[in-house]
Amino acid sequence: MNKYLTAYYNDEEDLLEGLNKIQSEGIKVTDVLTPFPVHGLDKVIGLRRSRLSVIAFIGGALGTLIGFFFQAWVFTVDYPLAFGGKPFFAVPSFMPVTFEMAVLLAAYAIVFAYLIHNNLGPGSKNIIYDERITDDRFLILISLEDKADDQIKEVETVLENAGALGITLKV
Amino acid sequence: MEAKRFTLNKKTWIILLVMIAIGVVSLLYGALAGPGIKRMAANLLLNNYYFLSLGLIGLFFITAHAVSESGWHTSVQRIAEAMSSFIPIGGVLLLVFFLSGGLHLLYEWTNTEQLDEVLQGKTPYLNEPFFYIRTLVFLAGWSILAYFIRKTSLQLDIDGERKYFNRLRVLSAVFLVFYALSSVISSWDWLMSIDAHWYSTLYGWYVFSSMLAAGIAMLIILLYVLMKMGYMEHVNTEHIHDLGIYLFGFSIFWAYLWFSQYMLIWYANIPEETVYFYDRHLHFSGVFYINLILCFVVPFLALMTRNSKRSFTILIPVSVLVVIGHWFDLYLLIMPGTIGGEASGFGLVEIGTTIGFLGLFALVSFLTLAKAPLAPYKHPFYKESLDYHTHY
Repeated sequence: MNKYLTAYYNDEEDLLEGLNKIQSEGIKVTDVLTPFPVHGLDKVIGLRRSRLSVIAFIGGALGTLIGFFFQAWVFTVDYPLAFGGKPFFAVPSFMPVTFEMAVLLAAYAIVFAYLIHNNLGPGSKNIIYDERITDDRFLILISLEDKADDQIKEVETVLENAGALGITLKV
Repeated sequence: MEAKRFTLNKKTWIILLVMIAIGVVSLLYGALAGPGIKRMAANLLLNNYYFLSLGLIGLFFITAHAVSESGWHTSVQRIAEAMSSFIPIGGVLLLVFFLSGGLHLLYEWTNTEQLDEVLQGKTPYLNEPFFYIRTLVFLAGWSILAYFIRKTSLQLDIDGERKYFNRLRVLSAVFLVFYALSSVISSWDWLMSIDAHWYSTLYGWYVFSSMLAAGIAMLIILLYVLMKMGYMEHVNTEHIHDLGIYLFGFSIFWAYLWFSQYMLIWYANIPEETVYFYDRHLHFSGVFYINLILCFVVPFLALMTRNSKRSFTILIPVSVLVVIGHWFDLYLLIMPGTIGGEASGFGLVEIGTTIGFLGLFALVSFLTLAKAPLAPYKHPFYKESLDYHTHY
């Protein structure tokens, strides 16, 4: 994102109030950056529920299948080993490893999906919009990619009316 | 704001009394004309233990939340209290059952004339006087603590004094410590000593986890019944969601303990241990798999998504299946050791007895519910419970 506008608030109540005003003017808020989770913010900016659980399920299901069938293949086809008078295809003994594989792959899937989706982790480049968003500022971020100059002025006016402090333009 | 009070209407009274009558008739028919007195005694023990444990889980639900100072549970606290009011009644019934010959009929170790070497070695623990002392201590302890916890909870309703809140927490902590020991030991005494030669160190926890899942399922069902009757309007989707999470989680917990016990016995392959599963697999293979499917596969798959935990349309069928599944779990624990593979069965007498106990349990719970407002509206955390949201 090369063209954007940021504005900050000093209080979360003002932020929620301001956001409602901005959005009622038909301006799309790209993101809101806060130092701590703000109650009801996800509803105000219309965030969908995280789909991380779907990824966790896919990872877990994959882990279950890989864990189970790999053992089944090893102990019946590749290297059948007689132990404790058990049959080669001994389902109960496969269960612990199957379970661990399910948990492991689900956890990996969550962590990597999270890092990739949020553009975090080693090697990622992120813009720091305001150095104080991890301290005490609540920042509103609005993308200006598709906006002409006169529209930008309009957005600025709306933000000022909505009580935003410190509006910064990056064009 | 005081919540609506519950009144037991005439129709429900009649239904519950008919259910109890069905139970009594089934018991009498089964003992006198049907499959015999031994099978009915085993049935009585099963249902008595089951519904007594559901009551205990109600008390466990309150106390665990009181100690952890959680807030959301206060919206359904009265239902759990109502469940716990069955403890003294179930306790008396169990004691009467043991004293009137049930003990001698079902437990091999009470036959002191014909004990083999193994059971003779266990007599310091498994003898009748000590058994009755333990039974009395547990039943009395539970009943007394249940009475005082309920009393304190009602006193809290009068003016919401901090004193009663603190007392509730102290009583809860006492109960939890007592219950941690007594739930395990009582399951050894009343259930595991049926197979007196066999033992498992996981048994107490296994039974507890089974009853915990069933208790939460019963709590959900009672909540649903009350909401259908037009009560409990302060309960919202978030509370139902949390109960669904409990049901989901404890079902997995049960499966974990089931498998832990099974795999160790299967792996070690020692005859004196494997005989337990051998018997259950030989004569009860149907129940064996039904139990696993109803208690683990169904809740695990059906309650996995968020929406299914939040809607009664899925939660209620699953809860009913889980309650039935854990009944079969107890069936597997009791029947093979008492009446054996050939003589045991599952028929109308079993269903009738269970309906009778369910009627009695529901009647006692409803009568307790009618004694107080349906919400602890002066509980310090009640407001928090109403504002509560799950953020995932």
